[in-house]
Amino acid sequence: MTPEEEGPAPFIGRSIPRVEDDRLLRGQGRFIDDLQIEGMLEVAFLRSPVAHARIHEVDLTAAAGLPGVVAVYNAAALVGRVEPLLNSEELRIPEGIRSTIDPVVRIQPMPLLASGEVNYVGQAIAMVVAESRYLAEDALEVIDVRYDELPAVIDPEAALEEGSPRVLLEAEDNIGIHLEHGTGDVDQALRSAAVIVEDTFASQRYVPSPMECRGIVAHRDPFSGRLTVWSNTQTPHRVRGHIASCLGLPADDVHVVAVDVGGGFGQKGILVVEELLIPLVAQDLGRPVRWTEDRQENLTAGSHAREQIHHITAAADESGRLLAVRDRFVVNLGARNMVGLVVPYNSLCHLIGPYRVPNVQIEATGALTNTMFTSPYRGAGRPEATFAMERIMDRLAAKLEMEPAELRARNVVTPQEMPYQTGLLDRRGLTQQYDSGDYPEMLDRAVKMIDLPRVRTEQQKARVDGRYVGVGFAMYLEATALGPFEGAKVSVLPSGRIRIHTGAPSQGQGHRTTFVQIAADALGVEMGEIELVAGDTATIPFGVGTIASRALVTAENAIHQAAVLVRQRILDSAAELMEVDPADLEIADNQVVVKGSPGSAMSLAELMRAIPMTQGGSGRDGLSEVSYFQPPNYATSSGLHAVVVEVQPATGRVEILDYVVVHEAGRIVNPQIADAQIVGGTAQGIGGALLEHMQYDEAGQPVTSTFMDYRLPTVDTVPDIRLAEVVCPSPTNALGVKGLGEGGAVGPPAALANAVEDALSPFGVVIHSCPLTPDRLWALLRAGRATER
Amino acid sequence: MNEPTADLNHPQLPRRPLGPPLSEPSCWHDIRVTVNGAPVCAQVESRLLLVDFLRHRLGLTGTHVGCEQGSCGACTILVDGVGVRSCLTLAVQADGSDVRTVESLAESGELNRLQRAFHEEHGMQCGFCTPGILMSMTALEESSEVIDDDAIMEHLGGNLCRCTGYVNIRNAARRACLRERSRPVDEGADRDA
Repeated sequence: MTPEEEGPAPFIGRSIPRVEDDRLLRGQGRFIDDLQIEGMLEVAFLRSPVAHARIHEVDLTAAAGLPGVVAVYNAAALVGRVEPLLNSEELRIPEGIRSTIDPVVRIQPMPLLASGEVNYVGQAIAMVVAESRYLAEDALEVIDVRYDELPAVIDPEAALEEGSPRVLLEAEDNIGIHLEHGTGDVDQALRSAAVIVEDTFASQRYVPSPMECRGIVAHRDPFSGRLTVWSNTQTPHRVRGHIASCLGLPADDVHVVAVDVGGGFGQKGILVVEELLIPLVAQDLGRPVRWTEDRQENLTAGSHAREQIHHITAAADESGRLLAVRDRFVVNLGARNMVGLVVPYNSLCHLIGPYRVPNVQIEATGALTNTMFTSPYRGAGRPEATFAMERIMDRLAAKLEMEPAELRARNVVTPQEMPYQTGLLDRRGLTQQYDSGDYPEMLDRAVKMIDLPRVRTEQQKARVDGRYVGVGFAMYLEATALGPFEGAKVSVLPSGRIRIHTGAPSQGQGHRTTFVQIAADALGVEMGEIELVAGDTATIPFGVGTIASRALVTAENAIHQAAVLVRQRILDSAAELMEVDPADLEIADNQVVVKGSPGSAMSLAELMRAIPMTQGGSGRDGLSEVSYFQPPNYATSSGLHAVVVEVQPATGRVEILDYVVVHEAGRIVNPQIADAQIVGGTAQGIGGALLEHMQYDEAGQPVTSTFMDYRLPTVDTVPDIRLAEVVCPSPTNALGVKGLGEGGAVGPPAALANAVEDALSPFGVVIHSCPLTPDRLWALLRAGRATER
Repeated sequence: MNEPTADLNHPQLPRRPLGPPLSEPSCWHDIRVTVNGAPVCAQVESRLLLVDFLRHRLGLTGTHVGCEQGSCGACTILVDGVGVRSCLTLAVQADGSDVRTVESLAESGELNRLQRAFHEEHGMQCGFCTPGILMSMTALEESSEVIDDDAIMEHLGGNLCRCTGYVNIRNAARRACLRERSRPVDEGADRDA
């Protein structure tokens, strides 16, 4: 545990400046494309230019003869060598879900290179390995492929209609997922309800768009015979397992290292075919090999996200108390079901969010379409569900002629009801239980911060002047700390410094700072004496990774556990050597000191040197401990976004006048870093609310394949965001922490849509989807004006 | 084409394209550039991008490639003091120029004021876009224009960041660069012509 009462102030809870910045500010980061290994080859992929076709004769002859080309591969070259890709970890259906819900989950594994059929634009068909990327791309030009085009299906609901062309010839139909789950009796509740609202709310397709694209380097070291793979993955241990089984190697002979990663947001959290192909080429050729994805590849053939259509019904009594929610939603899985239930089920179990809803019925269907496959992206099903729920709450408030904040206040679960059970099953197939939270307090804070009564008054005044101001709220929950485990190894090094190893690497979250804060507290040493190595599979046998708002909770608790053990080992070993009682010792200034007599001290370096000579020393691994933390339940974080906007009816332009986020994520380790995570997530959500939309034309051609067309937020998109924090330490772990990485991205589409609809209520405009671009709003306004007359 | 003079050769760096070259020798050019204060003389293929020249020929990997489409700004460097997208510039176009990259900023060994501001304001997360942003702001800082909030916003407008949400980037840029009048004489006065 942390040092005694009179000890130094703990590091947890302090805004320690980030230790990772210095290197990055000097241009000394080591991202995948920065690695330089003598003799390294580079790879370029030929990708399908059509959405659906039979392919014939991938002729590589001409390409193989070009200068600098070392090897060329098509599907034929892989026959009998490698199996299609399966994200096996994500495809497991928990027993409780299988036995209670019995979902339909059909998986279509992805061939590493297309064979016989392509079913989305961007699918890899052939691979050229050359002395440089320039020469590899030259060779792509002369690969001859004959395409017999087949009908393409882009719209997920059209794909589910009877008689729709098949998206993938080898699949029996276009259904990847189907499940129904609920609690109570929705039909009966609807019969007794005073008010019923129903509508359709859709989330558009997004691309996560980390600033660094995917990349991988593989090299078989002739000295050790081991295959080393540097990947900008969020989950290095999983990548190790997949590469090993793909290539038929023992996992110990595959060493995966996550180097500096330029943002992930989920896109780097799932396995892609390139992660298997590059190691295969390195094995084949005995030379280092690199693939760096370019931006067009990332936007078209890097995983997409979010696209869902919700047909939702909410029923309430005359006072606005929710009686029932029914939701039937369709997820566009893209060309194949690559991640099973993850996103649809996450939408399902986050739909009702902070509200008490006695009767719930949800039906989810995953449709295959001839588009890039979709996978978790920051929020992973939560923003889509929140958009549907928070929009229908505002429709309900409008029908009841009630202040939307008041409607929410009447329905939120109270702290007295915690831990709260929804009656649904969580992602593990166990009873869903919110561990802690204070939703009424969050609502209260947000209403005060934006000064709702003043906003309402000004809204009325503005309308007289022909100005349209509106306010919108969005509340959401975030079940964080996904299991099954994360590990940490804490070791005292020969120099007396401490090194921590964990399986959860950073993609910008600042783990080298926050994880070390926890270790410093547990060990009682200064942060400067501790370093973190995260995401190197050679240094800790097992790990999961940094996804699903889990790293801080799972890895920090593992670090805490291991560090507590190491501290005790230090004290015990020193006590033996110094011939004193361990209880009389303390750690200060990297030394073990006898309490009250600072003269009798032993440095950690001296201790390390002495241990091999002690009697018990041979049975121990120095001063080193490994610990794995298995979260017993989700740590439920929550957030509330409140936004005030002004909309110009003439142009459809939305201006954000005030943006407030109240968040609750348990005990905060580093407030500056936590706040920045919230703000960064919120900016991504604002991007989706106002700008971002990955679009295909009817033939399945991606039409937003550059950053000129797929519009990310820029410096003037994101307003200053005012933050407030509510703290409800999680009872699920010793540190009381919760995850918060994804939360910020969940609220903005719903909050902004609610605010814009509120602003435009005189025009009768209803917002069904984002982005709220000027042209889309203008079209809605025109339609609204037409119906008004 | 001028024959490069030996005294300009950087001893550590490959002067010629390493085989196999990206194009026929008839499309090679001799270029002389000053990179972060050091003279560099090299032969480059006509289609070699400046960013690839810097990253892969000179090993200056601090300049990052985010889009190769000129829209993200991660590859921003200074060419003769002006912010330039090095992913849309050919190496041969830099012939005779003074090129500066992020590696030049901590000249004294210590982080400069701009770099410190990004650290202190937590104006970075993954750090991939940071070098481009630092170079965009350096261009502004060294210019003679009045640096008000509008100028800062305009110069940051060409750089995408996906992690921070820009709020702390704005704060860092303001902290380091905001000035009402022309810059103090003691810093970079030689640049104010």
